[in-house]
Amino acid sequence: MEIAEELAKQQKAISVAEFFEKNRQILGFDSAPRALITCVKEAVDNSLDACEDAGILPDIFVQIKKSGEYYLVIVEDNGPGIVPQEIPRVFAKLLYGSRFHTLRQSRGQQGIGISAAVLYSQLTSGKPTRVISKIAPDRPAHYCELLINTAKNEPEILRSEEADWERPRGTRVELEMEGTYVRSRRQSVFGSLKSAAIVNPHARITLVEPEGNMVVFERATESLPKKAYAISPHPAGIELGELIKLLRYTDKKKLRVFLKETFSSIGAISAQELCSRAEIDPEASPTGLDHEQAKRLHSAFKAIKVKSPPVDCLSPIGEELIKAGLEKEFRLDYIATTVRPVSVYSGNPFLVEVGLGYGGELEKESRVEILRFANRVPLVYQQGACAITHSVESVSWKNYSLGQPTGSGVPVGPAVLLVHIASTNIPFTSESKDAVADMPEILAEIDLGLKEVARKLRRYLSRQSILSERREKEEIIRKILPRIAKKLSDVLDREEPDIGPVVARIMGNLLVSRKVERENGQLSVKILVENHSDLLRSFKLHELLAEQADSITPEARVIPLGDGYDHHWKLSLAPGQKATLSYRIACRDASNGDASSAGAKMKEPVVEGLDAEIVTGARVI
Amino acid sequence: MQSSEDKIEKSRCAQEKLTGLAATLYNQFEQGIVPHISLPSRTKANIEFSSKDDVWIYGDQETTRSVKTVRGAKTLLKTVHLAELLIKEHLQNNRGSTLREIYYISENWDIAKFHEQAESDRLIEDLEIVTALHREDFHVRPEEDGASVFGPLRLKEKTRRGEKEMHCQEDVGEAGYQIPFNVDNIEFLSHDASMVMAIETGGMYARLIENGFDEQYNAILVHIKGQPARSTRRIIKRLNAELNLPVVVFTDGDPWSYRIFASIAYGAIKSAHLSEHLVTPTARFLGVQPSDIVDYNLSTDKLTEQDMQALRSELTDPRFAAPYWDKQIRLQIDLKKKAEQQAFAGKGLDYVTKTYLPERLGEMGII
Repeated sequence: MEIAEELAKQQKAISVAEFFEKNRQILGFDSAPRALITCVKEAVDNSLDACEDAGILPDIFVQIKKSGEYYLVIVEDNGPGIVPQEIPRVFAKLLYGSRFHTLRQSRGQQGIGISAAVLYSQLTSGKPTRVISKIAPDRPAHYCELLINTAKNEPEILRSEEADWERPRGTRVELEMEGTYVRSRRQSVFGSLKSAAIVNPHARITLVEPEGNMVVFERATESLPKKAYAISPHPAGIELGELIKLLRYTDKKKLRVFLKETFSSIGAISAQELCSRAEIDPEASPTGLDHEQAKRLHSAFKAIKVKSPPVDCLSPIGEELIKAGLEKEFRLDYIATTVRPVSVYSGNPFLVEVGLGYGGELEKESRVEILRFANRVPLVYQQGACAITHSVESVSWKNYSLGQPTGSGVPVGPAVLLVHIASTNIPFTSESKDAVADMPEILAEIDLGLKEVARKLRRYLSRQSILSERREKEEIIRKILPRIAKKLSDVLDREEPDIGPVVARIMGNLLVSRKVERENGQLSVKILVENHSDLLRSFKLHELLAEQADSITPEARVIPLGDGYDHHWKLSLAPGQKATLSYRIACRDASNGDASSAGAKMKEPVVEGLDAEIVTGARVI
Repeated sequence: MQSSEDKIEKSRCAQEKLTGLAATLYNQFEQGIVPHISLPSRTKANIEFSSKDDVWIYGDQETTRSVKTVRGAKTLLKTVHLAELLIKEHLQNNRGSTLREIYYISENWDIAKFHEQAESDRLIEDLEIVTALHREDFHVRPEEDGASVFGPLRLKEKTRRGEKEMHCQEDVGEAGYQIPFNVDNIEFLSHDASMVMAIETGGMYARLIENGFDEQYNAILVHIKGQPARSTRRIIKRLNAELNLPVVVFTDGDPWSYRIFASIAYGAIKSAHLSEHLVTPTARFLGVQPSDIVDYNLSTDKLTEQDMQALRSELTDPRFAAPYWDKQIRLQIDLKKKAEQQAFAGKGLDYVTKTYLPERLGEMGII
């Protein structure tokens, strides 16, 4: 026998199950703490997907129990349930699922996740996975015990029988596995469920931890997210190989029809234009095109402009619910959100949503927490490898009032960032779905979204600083200055000093102060008006006197009133400018009292035409 | 030593100065000027050498505290509260409080209450600067004990229970004579000393007494207990100025100990306003010098990152801008090592008194 023939004998197909048995890190089961997180995450994702498809508000119960040297993971939902004959394949066959062949946003895509958890469980504990599911209140529940036959990638059913279950409908899965339960970090079952609760504000998630401690992530809304519909592929950015595959396997007879029916956003006119650009007969059979023609068609795709893909294949969280989700899990002073329009990478529509929470109880000096989500699934591991992190790092946060000690990198400050990418096909860097790949179109959209919320934050903060400056001044004036004046009078045993002029100066107010002196049996009155603000102030100043005054400088208009005379000056003062007004008036009670008591009897000067809070020392009308 | 007339005069002067400060603020209110006080800024960048007294004092840079900001306004409010306390409780009643007590007294001052003792301490220093007086003049005492002194010195202390006379070898226990916080209550009567040695650690102080170093070399030993208190620096200054004795400072060989020496010989950045009163410009550094580590092959510890930083910061400290210090500090940065005073014990308990100190003092021309 030839060597090649010898070797050929050893060649044999590898089942996917066997492959993943040896490469568990690809699926996210590479460490003991992580195995538990991934298992819970996969089961919860399935539950959320199922509930959404069925239009049910999810109510998910997660329990982690110590069971000898293993952990028992229980995940239970109120979803539509699974029909008995499907249960074994859903849980115990890899690459079996309902979503791989459709273009629509969902959490799960390949049909690996939960079966991988089952595989991991049987590898580490040797125990079968127990599933109970019920599809309607009046139908019996069905109970299964399952293992995966790794050589064949087929389920092995140990038990399958009808059972009693108190829930009206839903699914419960129990897996026993090796693991380590951690709590404190963000990379924990608790942290990953908390993140999931933020982007799924319509879900109630209950977690019972091994020590019996129960946490409920309550729902923030009663309305389900918009349902995502399946769409056809979009022509933008489709790859040549993909196009050739579509051409070869289509049942359409004419290229024109093929283009119109196979792709979204291509109508009769665009189909015609594509054909003429590629110099191919629109009536030609798609299956008959050679490689050269396919190539020309592919470049025609790039040359023409087609409209954006339809949005209804995507289910964004929406600005309102991002806000509700952040509010639910953090104490914040301010939240900015944005939803970017739908865009396309490699023929896949996607959109980016960004939320930024600021202030409240967030740490002021630590790095900003980045909450990454892809199709509403929290991404917990490999933050450094993710397009979201890379976009965050490349923004100049210093321009937007957050710290960035080295000029680039994750910003520092009391903020939390939430970035959600929704797409019919998220380009993950690996099958464990930890990080989104750096597609230029995606990076650009995240960047725009981040800058949008950052601009909103900057506006908010500059408004705040004006307000806080005003508040600070108020505190000085209301609380501190009067006390200093009081203490000074205690120490010196003198009258309390008049703090009015200083108040006007600090507040940037218009200050009116009047001095009255006795002179030859008359009262000589001087009014000093100072503008301490940085704006031009134009107003009228009135003196209401019982009699008409003499020697008025500058001249004032005098209007007799019923019980006296209104003297008024029209004034206009530039910032920092002063004006002195003076007049003399007969002294009524010359016999007793001094000038200041005479002054005290006079009515306060009146300012007309300005706001009360910017005037000190006069009444405002 | 102070007479009682002196005391009354001083108290009157302190009251006048504090009242004057309040009057300044009062008049600022009346004139519509935003109330403020100006102080020299108390940073490394603002100390300069006064050739008149050979000490480091504050330069011309000033900071202004005004009521324009909440912080400034609160500080001024606290200042006025404090002035009232000092005038009405201390000076008018001839009573006093410790720094710590003042911090607690402020509990009743509502928004003017001090957040920590460091804040009230700083404010009292500010008042010293503004009034050109010392906290003792306001009857404010430190909490901590002053230094201990052991050596051929006879003195008289005026205490609340009458005058006490004692000899700092014959009339004291092994720990020596404990100096009072107000060193100006002491009068030196007579002495047989030829030098003053200020010693950082209690261990070395006790070693020198046990080995009879004070008798053999007629040394007045002063245990400075770490960073020296004002009273410690004051007694060293008085021993130097009044008895005309040379002062040497013997500390560990690390950057923090050089700062102890600096505060004795050059003044502290925090209290440069008191330099003329507290500083002994002719004090000399005996050791442990970085070069001793090499010359005496001492056992050492590695310098920590903080130590290295402290050394680098000393290279830019104007007080250390002398060729001697430049050479020693750079040598230590190269060695990356520090040595304690006790390192000499590795060569025998008598090594320090029989070999190291006689050699160093000889080199320095003191014996």
